[in-house]
Amino acid sequence: MMESFWRVLLLQDHNTRVVMAGACLFGAAAGLAGTFLLLRKRSLLGDTLGHATLPGITLAFLLAETFGISPRSFLWLALGATISGVAGMGAVLLIRKTSRLKDDAALAIVLSVFFGAGIAMLSAIQQLPGGQAAGLERLIYGNPASMTSSDAWFVLLASLLVAGVCGFLFKEFTLLCFDESYALTAGWPVRPLDALLMGLVVLVTIVGLQTVGILLVVALLVIPPAAARFWSDDLRAMALVAAGAGGLSSLVGVVASALLPGLPTGALIVLSAALFFGVSLLVGKKRGLIIRHLLEREAARRLRREHVLRAIFECAEDMQPVVTLEQVLAKRPWKKNELRSEISQLTDDGLLTTEPSGASFQLNGRGDSEARRLVRNHRLWEIYLLNHADVAPARVDRDADLIEHVLDQRLVDELEDLLDEKARERLVPGNPEKKLP
Amino acid sequence: MIWTELDTWIVVTGALTAMACAVPGVFLLLNKQSMLGDAISHAVLPGLAIGFLVSGTRDPLPMLIGAVLAGLFTGVVSGVIERRGRVETGASLGVVFCSLFALGLILIRIAADHVDLDPGCVLYGALELAVIDSAPVPRIVWQSGAILFLNLALAAVFFKELQLAAFDPRFAKASGIPSGWIHQGLTIVTALTTVVAFESVGSILVIAMLIVPGATAMLLSRRVAGVLLWSLVVALCSAVLGHLLAISVGPAWLGWLTGHNDLGSLSSAGMMAASAGGIFFTFLAASRLVQRFLPSLQKRTL
Repeated sequence: MMESFWRVLLLQDHNTRVVMAGACLFGAAAGLAGTFLLLRKRSLLGDTLGHATLPGITLAFLLAETFGISPRSFLWLALGATISGVAGMGAVLLIRKTSRLKDDAALAIVLSVFFGAGIAMLSAIQQLPGGQAAGLERLIYGNPASMTSSDAWFVLLASLLVAGVCGFLFKEFTLLCFDESYALTAGWPVRPLDALLMGLVVLVTIVGLQTVGILLVVALLVIPPAAARFWSDDLRAMALVAAGAGGLSSLVGVVASALLPGLPTGALIVLSAALFFGVSLLVGKKRGLIIRHLLEREAARRLRREHVLRAIFECAEDMQPVVTLEQVLAKRPWKKNELRSEISQLTDDGLLTTEPSGASFQLNGRGDSEARRLVRNHRLWEIYLLNHADVAPARVDRDADLIEHVLDQRLVDELEDLLDEKARERLVPGNPEKKLP
Repeated sequence: MIWTELDTWIVVTGALTAMACAVPGVFLLLNKQSMLGDAISHAVLPGLAIGFLVSGTRDPLPMLIGAVLAGLFTGVVSGVIERRGRVETGASLGVVFCSLFALGLILIRIAADHVDLDPGCVLYGALELAVIDSAPVPRIVWQSGAILFLNLALAAVFFKELQLAAFDPRFAKASGIPSGWIHQGLTIVTALTTVVAFESVGSILVIAMLIVPGATAMLLSRRVAGVLLWSLVVALCSAVLGHLLAISVGPAWLGWLTGHNDLGSLSSAGMMAASAGGIFFTFLAASRLVQRFLPSLQKRTL
């Protein structure tokens, strides 16, 4: 086991080298092209495209003898696949243009109808003597081990072409993905660009037939880019992550299938991509579930802390500076335990001076200026809403609560300028940072 | 062309299955969930395989349960990824069904020692073999008839709810119709129909019949009830036409085109799907012509 693992990993067989290089390049190209497809919200087009290649492949297979070509030649079958893939895409566009049917319906119609026709022709091939249909199985379920050197060269060229075009037209494709109508009005050739992008997707699909097969080619167009979305908001970084993830999953899949003979390679590649997606969904740096949960908790914590400080300040403002727990409790519908723990936290942070029993406490110097800042922002905002934003007075306190936490200093200064002197004197406590009399 | 009793049963089974699929398909189409059929029919594969592995037999019940659970899993998990992970609808569906399908292919290969289950059989079905039965009416006919009856009954009972949940889910919710449950129910019915049809006709006919008859009917009627009726008619016609093409015209033309003159009949399920497509594109072209040359007619029928 160990020995064969090293044999595979150290690329000791020529065949392994070819297969690995081919699969990796395909994975990377698919990740790259899929990124734009994902952003154009057309991920499932890859699925339709993959299925739509079947009638072309089977027809090419049946016609091979007429033209005196070996029906097993990948390039000949790829030609058939390209023609019927493009026809399928044309049919999707036609349905979308000429009827009220939605995109997803057009995709499902073309997928099932083309695949059905393909299956019908496949059943004809299965009747041919000599079990020739076996040659097509590898294109339906994918079998990179059947890749020859010339196939690998084809994959290499196609992947370089995809990478080259994506790199060269990165800005144009970005514009197409994010603001198609702007691109159109600014005079960019939107239709040709769109057609070019779809052409790249067709190319990737054809290349993928041999690696992961008709049925799963969509997986590598969808999964790596969707996973990359969790790692970065920057399109350039996202495209790189998607390409890397595609390449890496193909590598892992090929290695795994070399170690676990008998299991389908295409499926193993897709499962490694799915694993990567699962990991990204959880721990992705930008949008992963864990990081988002932590950020949300942090924000909720800050919100509660600011509410407590404000409530203590308001109690102290109405009565004497020493405030009891019950007074604060009456301000808002919070839980007693929560409030108690927040107050001890504030005491530890040096914002409150608390009696040993914990029943009463007082804002100290730092706490007072922090609370003063919060209350001031809150009231400035209230005044702004009342005087300038035409919000019903009854709703002001709630709105103010929500937005005070995001007020930044510049907006506060702006509001100060906006509001008249009288209002400021009456409702707004002095700015602790400016020495007011 | 020789027409035997078996041909009759193939057409009857195909037509019953096609009509059974068309009923939930219309609502999938209205909900913009057309790709769900494709997704579920890929995703049920691991469910089938696990059903086999656990029970060790080709008993239909564990298979059915496993597959329905897998179908539900697809709907729920892709929803979670979409909302919690903020991934676009199509992509989150794609991630889930591709992963499940890959898992299914591997499980089937592992299970191959214990049970004979061929992924090809799941895809293409074996309609021609399934109708061979010693009973006067093959079991498969009863089975697809039952699922058609169930789907029609459910559609009739929940017609108002399905319609509201499709067109205005918020209003539906406000008026006390649990549109979330309606959607889940639709997913379950789709999964159930898919799984029952699998054994007999293969997934490709199911995917086609979930969407194509409904889409064709949308060109012919603007009312949901009308769309439902027309979709049943289109499903029936595609089944009949498909089988005719599969046993006579298809092999003749394909043989003439490619030089293989001794072709037998083609896969009926595949041809039924293809002829549904033929019917759809014919009506699409016709509707364009009507729009162009007879706009007055269009107001009434389209």
